[in-house]
Amino acid sequence: MLAKRIIPCLDIRDGQTVKGVNFVNIVSVGDPVELGKLYAEQGADELVFLDITATHEGRKTFVELVKRIAQNLDIPFTVGGGISEIRDAEALLAAGADKISINSSAVRNPNLINDLVRNFGSQFVVVAIDAREANNHWTVTVNGGRIPTDKELYSWAKEAEDRGAGEILFTSMNHDGTKNGFANKELAKLSEILTIPLIASGGAGSMEHFADVFTLGKADAGLAASIFHFREIAIPDLKHYLRTKDIVIR
Amino acid sequence: MKIVVIKYNAGNIRSVDFALQRIGISATITDDKDEIRNADRVIFPGVGEAATTMRFLKQHKLDSLICDLKQPVLGVCLGLQLMCTHSEEGDTTCLGIFPEKVKKFIPLPGDSSHYKIPHMGWNSLSELKTPLFDGLSEADYFYFVHSYYATTGGDTAATCTYLNPFSAALQRDNFYATQFHPEKSGSAGSKLLSNFINLKF
Repeated sequence: MLAKRIIPCLDIRDGQTVKGVNFVNIVSVGDPVELGKLYAEQGADELVFLDITATHEGRKTFVELVKRIAQNLDIPFTVGGGISEIRDAEALLAAGADKISINSSAVRNPNLINDLVRNFGSQFVVVAIDAREANNHWTVTVNGGRIPTDKELYSWAKEAEDRGAGEILFTSMNHDGTKNGFANKELAKLSEILTIPLIASGGAGSMEHFADVFTLGKADAGLAASIFHFREIAIPDLKHYLRTKDIVIR
Repeated sequence: MKIVVIKYNAGNIRSVDFALQRIGISATITDDKDEIRNADRVIFPGVGEAATTMRFLKQHKLDSLICDLKQPVLGVCLGLQLMCTHSEEGDTTCLGIFPEKVKKFIPLPGDSSHYKIPHMGWNSLSELKTPLFDGLSEADYFYFVHSYYATTGGDTAATCTYLNPFSAALQRDNFYATQFHPEKSGSAGSKLLSNFINLKF
């Protein structure tokens, strides 16, 4: 049976792994390649590397890093951050990335999804959506959740699928960083309206939260960052726990 | 031993090369016909669309070259599908090395939450045959990403079930193929690649 996926996410700045505890206080948690290899050995099913560098120099460093990741890692990985043109994606594909994720650039220019799919195939294109709920309305946000847009979560997710996206990565900004669990109600609704795989992000704080995101949230994969980086949850323990809950895990 | 990865317009070929490097094997990525013919092992990778890729292979006369190869050949993902007789993707006539047909996964009505398409992620296999799977078992998982599948039949060397049973691996004579990506399948995938390199032939 197809296994549910556990995906650690690594934020990268200037070639180094970081996790924003908040926007002013960033704590380094190691070399991305070494950390990635460690997670792969521990049983991570996939990895996401998110480039939060804004400078041109930093971008070049990131492409070099992607090549080192591809050489060293024997599991699939997605890279994201700062991809707004075909040639950005081309450089990352050439460096060995299995998938790319696009977020703000897709909101600003939805045709980018179609263009990327036409050039590289659906399997290469993950559309990441950050959304925030207020008064029962889920507003899609950009720039790390800071800027609201006129798009609504469910219709935008469906539009991304219709434009050819291979996967949706949904982060609830209401849950992100809270460690109180994933947005299971919204995830379940998304999973029902989408025919492509759904990755859940935002809110993981305990092993139970992962069990819930696969059963209640009906997600295909669960993504988290700090709880893995700060060793609050070890991946082998998490996988063992999920197996005892009859969830299919590699 | 000379290992060749066929170079053509099919996505992420380098990841196969990187995977071979990780098990200490250096391969040549080439579209040179003599080099491919004279290799000891040939890997035919592939990510992409069937019709476009078949057209490319024909234009470069790689179609007949692949069919005539006598050394062990390993097709991967789209490589496996193109080695079948026909693909529903673009209504494409394929190489016809394996008698199987390639069909599109059809989701079950009202069950989209369980069966997403593409079939993406790690899945286990059953009825493992051929030395390709030496040291591997039904407990091992392999990484798949595909929306089309090859039917099962006499050449099926491993079966996977997603919506329906399909050929996760095929074998006939010197031709081997996997629908999953051994180059992305962790230690199980590395084992399969080294089994292919070490085939007694």
